[in-house]
Amino acid sequence: MIPAPFDYHRAGTLDEAIGLLSRYGADAKLLSGGMSLLPTLKLRLGSFGHIVDISRIPGLEYVKEEKGVLRIGAGTRQSTLERSDVVKGKFPILADAIPLIADPLVRNRGTFGGNIANGDPANDGPAIAIALGAELVARGPKGERSIAANRFYKDLYTTDLKADEILVEIRLPVPPARSGSAYRKLKRKTGDYAAAAVAVQLTLNGSGAVERAGIALTNVGPTPIEAVEAQKYLAGKTPDEKTIAEAAKLAAKAASPSADRRGSTEYKREMTRVLCGRALKAAVQRAGGH
Amino acid sequence: MAKHKISVTVNGTAREAEVESRLLLVHLLREVFRLTGTHVGCDTSHCGVCTVRLDGQPVKSCTVLAVQADGCRVDTVEGLEQGGKLHPMQEAFTEKHALQCGFCTPGMLMTCSSLLERNKNPSEQEIRQAISGNLCRCTGYLNIVKAVQYAAQKMGGA
Repeated sequence: MIPAPFDYHRAGTLDEAIGLLSRYGADAKLLSGGMSLLPTLKLRLGSFGHIVDISRIPGLEYVKEEKGVLRIGAGTRQSTLERSDVVKGKFPILADAIPLIADPLVRNRGTFGGNIANGDPANDGPAIAIALGAELVARGPKGERSIAANRFYKDLYTTDLKADEILVEIRLPVPPARSGSAYRKLKRKTGDYAAAAVAVQLTLNGSGAVERAGIALTNVGPTPIEAVEAQKYLAGKTPDEKTIAEAAKLAAKAASPSADRRGSTEYKREMTRVLCGRALKAAVQRAGGH
Repeated sequence: MAKHKISVTVNGTAREAEVESRLLLVHLLREVFRLTGTHVGCDTSHCGVCTVRLDGQPVKSCTVLAVQADGCRVDTVEGLEQGGKLHPMQEAFTEKHALQCGFCTPGMLMTCSSLLERNKNPSEQEIRQAISGNLCRCTGYLNIVKAVQYAAQKMGGA
């Protein structure tokens, strides 16, 4: 399969890339790792007159912990994150999730920023970013702005990014003490997208009750879904078995899946409930609760 | 649609080509450079038979544009043999009968040889994870895993 013809531009700087986006508007598409874009072009599910390659722009690949924030350059390959010590040590949710993204060869190319900015509800990064309370930094002609991850996703493949903006950094707050996070994903085989997946982060207070709960769902709706009711329900409660079961029910209610080869709507909603329960249990354990 | 002049170091040799933007790396290798050891299978970045190493990293060359490889090092299965001597991984595949039809073998070899550079003594689980993006439709995974373990031993890791 061969993509329809397009013009290829290799941007040397972010400003150059932003300039190209401003000039070509909706006819331009950014190429980072290309692991979603190339199949889209090859299957001719989409075509663009201009492909702007940002993968050679220096300074977009980094993982830095600074002042309680993990700053991830949007061009950071998923395999780099997978091998990062700070990720393994402080972000168990990423250590859970990244090995479940596509396969190792795809992760050698695919970038974390691409996973976040693509706007595909089947991508795993978005729900994780929402559960962790991430800030997404975009750069456009007027400079940089920061967008909360839970306000970033508007619709299927539609994000808050303007046509001439580029996601440059993902900022994940380093969880405080007595926090635990987990990602639980059901997929049919390596390389498949999730039938359903749930991202959870909990912070407990001194008496073991939930101080903050972040819960978000992957691939059970047109966008990643923040399970707001489940989060509210958990706040202030001791996360015992009964509370977790109730929160998982509320999270499943927030799902709005559509039926496909991965299962019926009922099945996916039920799997959301089961996965949410398991993710919550793991997060409580990791937070040092029971 | 402008063509692009690219330079790529393929198996240690500098090569040049003038390519259309949409040309895929696997087609550059097979059709322009006539290196047909790299196969095309699913063509949708699932099966991994097109695996080559791009600046050292194993990647699926059906899902990379040729123009993206400009200025990069590309290593294919043809480059594994050195001075008439098979790569230890190739020897191990022969020794442990790690292929039946052989279609997935070039990609498997590129992924497995790359694994041993990163991890000299991988566990069975690590080997299985590393090859999880390479499909063998003869389902000869057992012998492929044995071959990687054997190569690791021969190369002095285990």
